[in-house]
Amino acid sequence: MNGSTRIRLITLAEHASDASNASRQVVSLANDADPAEQKELIATAARVELHFPNFTDGRAYSQAYLLRRRLGFKGDLRATGDVLVDQLIQMERTGFSSAVLKDGIDPADAQRQLDRFPAFYQGDVIHDAPFVRSDVGSNDE
Amino acid sequence: MYQYTEFDQSFVRSRAAQFRDQLERWQSGKLSEDDFRPLRLQNGWYVQRHAPMLRVAIPYGELSSRQLRMLARIAREYDEPEAEVYRLASEAQRKLGTVRLPTNYAHFTTRTNVQFNWIPLSKAADVMDLLASVDMHGIQTSGNCIRNISCDERAGVAPDEIADPRPFAEIMRQWTTLHPEFAFLPRKFKIAITGASEDRAATDWHDVGLRLLRNEAGELGFRVTVGGGMGRTPVIGTVLREFLPWQHIMNYIEAVVRVYNQYGRRDNKYKARIKILVKAEGQRYIDGVEEEFRQIVEHDGGPHTIPLAELERVSACFALPSRPSVDAPIDLEAIATSNAVALETPQFERWLQRNVSPHRNQRLRIVTLSFKRLLQAPGDASAEQLDRVADLAERFSAGEARVTHTQNVVLPWVHVNDLLPLWQAAREAGLASANVNLLTDMIACPGGDFCALANARSIPVAEAITERYQDLDELNDIGDIDLHISGCINSCGHHHSGHIGILGVDKDGKEWYQVTLGGSDGSHASGRAQAGKVIGPSFSAAEVPEVIDALLSAYLDIRATVGERRESFVETVRRAGIEPFRTAADRVRTLMEKTA
Repeated sequence: MNGSTRIRLITLAEHASDASNASRQVVSLANDADPAEQKELIATAARVELHFPNFTDGRAYSQAYLLRRRLGFKGDLRATGDVLVDQLIQMERTGFSSAVLKDGIDPADAQRQLDRFPAFYQGDVIHDAPFVRSDVGSNDE
Repeated sequence: MYQYTEFDQSFVRSRAAQFRDQLERWQSGKLSEDDFRPLRLQNGWYVQRHAPMLRVAIPYGELSSRQLRMLARIAREYDEPEAEVYRLASEAQRKLGTVRLPTNYAHFTTRTNVQFNWIPLSKAADVMDLLASVDMHGIQTSGNCIRNISCDERAGVAPDEIADPRPFAEIMRQWTTLHPEFAFLPRKFKIAITGASEDRAATDWHDVGLRLLRNEAGELGFRVTVGGGMGRTPVIGTVLREFLPWQHIMNYIEAVVRVYNQYGRRDNKYKARIKILVKAEGQRYIDGVEEEFRQIVEHDGGPHTIPLAELERVSACFALPSRPSVDAPIDLEAIATSNAVALETPQFERWLQRNVSPHRNQRLRIVTLSFKRLLQAPGDASAEQLDRVADLAERFSAGEARVTHTQNVVLPWVHVNDLLPLWQAAREAGLASANVNLLTDMIACPGGDFCALANARSIPVAEAITERYQDLDELNDIGDIDLHISGCINSCGHHHSGHIGILGVDKDGKEWYQVTLGGSDGSHASGRAQAGKVIGPSFSAAEVPEVIDALLSAYLDIRATVGERRESFVETVRRAGIEPFRTAADRVRTLMEKTA
């Protein structure tokens, strides 16, 4: 992935239409599954879907990290389930490339949350550069 | 102290703006109560028994005078409930017997944070903006995420220090702050770190406990324990690494947390802490962490390996401050005056013994301002007192203060010349109780006067004991003792680790208190970290001070002599077992029944 790619926000209807038009394989992982155990399937998949049964269940973030960094998955990584606007930036940073918004979510609210922080402290799946502080100023008062 | 960069400042401002946006969406109905709750919690906003509670992060306990003044301002201008809220709260608490329900104050916690109890949610965003203006926030002070990192209150100044833990604590603060993968763990996650031989941070009781040490080759690293915790299942952390090179600490913690995030239980809140996973899986969990760590380093390229240059950049912030008050040579005349006053003034003499500790710089001392005194709950500070602490820190401690694990405040840079004027000023502020480590220097949570979780009140119990033990000679005769009081099994008052622990329990809607003996936070004086043992059925609130009295009398009766000195309370408990104490406490039960 490259840093300029933002997570794609899609509606439930678009997601449903994607599902019916899927030409290549889509893998849906339960959120207690270990991605490594399905690496053959994942290697050939066009899209992997990770599910948030509840937005406070954070297992899919670790699954996403493992898919991108450990298994080198390059396809579409999609968040489904209880996807709220305030977690979109976390999804993007752990490697999700698309997220299915729940009905009734204001796309403007969603976009605002994605652009809120100019940068973050720690490296993530997109930015592989922790502890490089040349861009954050010095400690002089 | 760590100096915020422009990046740090704009980050905290962004966070405050984000919270304002979330609050407004909640107020306008765009964000449901259920969806808002975890968001406000991760900014430190609880809704408690009577009003919201804000927990402000004090990273590794360090506060500047400027920050203290802002906390004072927030206490003065914002920590005030609406009239109706206060009326209902006072009415409810009066029924339980609470007569004083203070407002306009802050409370220091065992994890060295600061809490406010009365700020209306409608003013929450304004308060977060004010905090951000002095580089403060409530990020991750609650919620199922990696919480504020606590540290040795004497970091960087203790004579027994192997290495200063603060640069590592700061690097970890940055790494954990809004970590995208670990914001929704199965349960809360607490890290404590120390670099001294004495453990003043209760590291073995934390989800991750870190102790800096040197190996035989003289290299610096960490002893890493995982899975300590209190609550209804008290567990001491398991050692995962006796020595982990410092460069790898973030890679290793990432492995520890990732395996927990994947496999920690989410079906039962009471079994969701990492301690349960470590206990249940044992070696399998440890193997999982080691394998994940290997993958992080070998496959992912060790993305969080700390470069030496980064450690040096951060360490430079923690150098000995240069100020006239710190740099002055020892003034023999000032010392002579101080000694003369000490000879004539027992309170000052006691204070020098109890509240003043050696510093690694011979000209300096570490001074504890005691927040344990009559008429105020342990760890409570009024707006006026916060301002006074800011003044004292400014005048006597290079503008820096530290919140301690035991709910006091330490001034880490006090010149030996200044001890007398500091004592005089601290006494005027009501912060010079000479009781550090004595019975009245107890830990207590806010309990059933404020907390929605509490089964019983803590503050009246603390108050009754404080009132009963005001004689410093008597307190000194009893000697060092850790009395810890929690209002419920969540253990915010660390009752498990008290030499005497008091736990509030609810029986048929009434407040009862279970008493434990022989717990330890892991300090040298307390012995290996362990949970205390229950001495029998719980006691009524009225019985508790009598029980404490009986336990202490039993100790005074049977304590032995160790070399030149007398056994401490906890040493006697270890040697004699809890039986003689149980018997003494049971006598109170019988006596109270007869007089009732």
